[in-house]
Amino acid sequence: MDVQTALFYAFSAILLFAAFRVITARNPVHAALYLVLAFFQAAALWLLLKAEFLAITLVLVYVGAVMVLFLFVVMMLDINLDSMRKGFWKHFPLAALMGAVIALEMAAVLLGGFRVTSPPADALLSQAAADYSNTRELGKVLYTEYLLPLQAAAALLLVAIIAAIALTLRERKDSKSIDPSLQVRVKRADRVTLLKINPSSMAPPPAEPAPAEGKKP
Amino acid sequence: MISLGHFLALGGLLFALSVIGIFLNRKNLIVLLMAIELMLLAVNMNFVAFSYYLGDMAGQIFVFFILTVAAAESAIGLAILVLLFRNKSSINVDELNALRG
Repeated sequence: MDVQTALFYAFSAILLFAAFRVITARNPVHAALYLVLAFFQAAALWLLLKAEFLAITLVLVYVGAVMVLFLFVVMMLDINLDSMRKGFWKHFPLAALMGAVIALEMAAVLLGGFRVTSPPADALLSQAAADYSNTRELGKVLYTEYLLPLQAAAALLLVAIIAAIALTLRERKDSKSIDPSLQVRVKRADRVTLLKINPSSMAPPPAEPAPAEGKKP
Repeated sequence: MISLGHFLALGGLLFALSVIGIFLNRKNLIVLLMAIELMLLAVNMNFVAFSYYLGDMAGQIFVFFILTVAAAESAIGLAILVLLFRNKSSINVDELNALRG
């Protein structure tokens, strides 16, 4: 067993353990932290597959941005943990059965069917060159063949930014700030009312004082 | 020597685990979102493995786009989650029946 195989098994074991803890952890904060561990292991596995750029992107984008966002939201919300766990063990047999069926079927098909153990010879040859760079190769393909999808992805990110801000933006009800346009548009009739008061009208008779019950014998 | 099948089986196991997670945590919206992230990771693992063993860069390009879409998805999903919590003070999936679906 060479070093690469040993590393593969070590990283996959930690990855599967972290994934298992993500779905069974009682506290969502722990689940998020285990998900971070899972992403790190996946990045290490991608390094074994010589996808350096994507491995670093996974760590930077997922661990650095998305998981921090998850942790932010988890810690911001006040979640009742016990009501969340209701029905956890009730669904467990069905879930375990489904998972076992999926895993066994996939393993039976995939382990037997794909026995390729090394990349094609020409790819190995070009990767062995001293100035080979995975990032440069990725960039060459990305900015020529996949230029239009790249623009679409950029537009998608813009849409996501605007949507996320628009969804969570709210006006405070107790804010005392004033709206200038409302101030400018105000008319005299909105603020001033002139009342005609008749000077000769009688004052309303004072109400009869209620008899005080405590004073009378 | 590790073959392509090993990586694909790892992706399959990861996917199965996240399916189990969706079944188990069907009350907790946050863990559901995390299980979806795990599923996307499993798919990405398959893409990278194919890209390496077939010597084709297109697989890694696809992973790049999946990462983009997943980031957008989780940002909007968490925004909806925050909005939901603000309005209902709960993220229990069972209580989200306002549309009577």
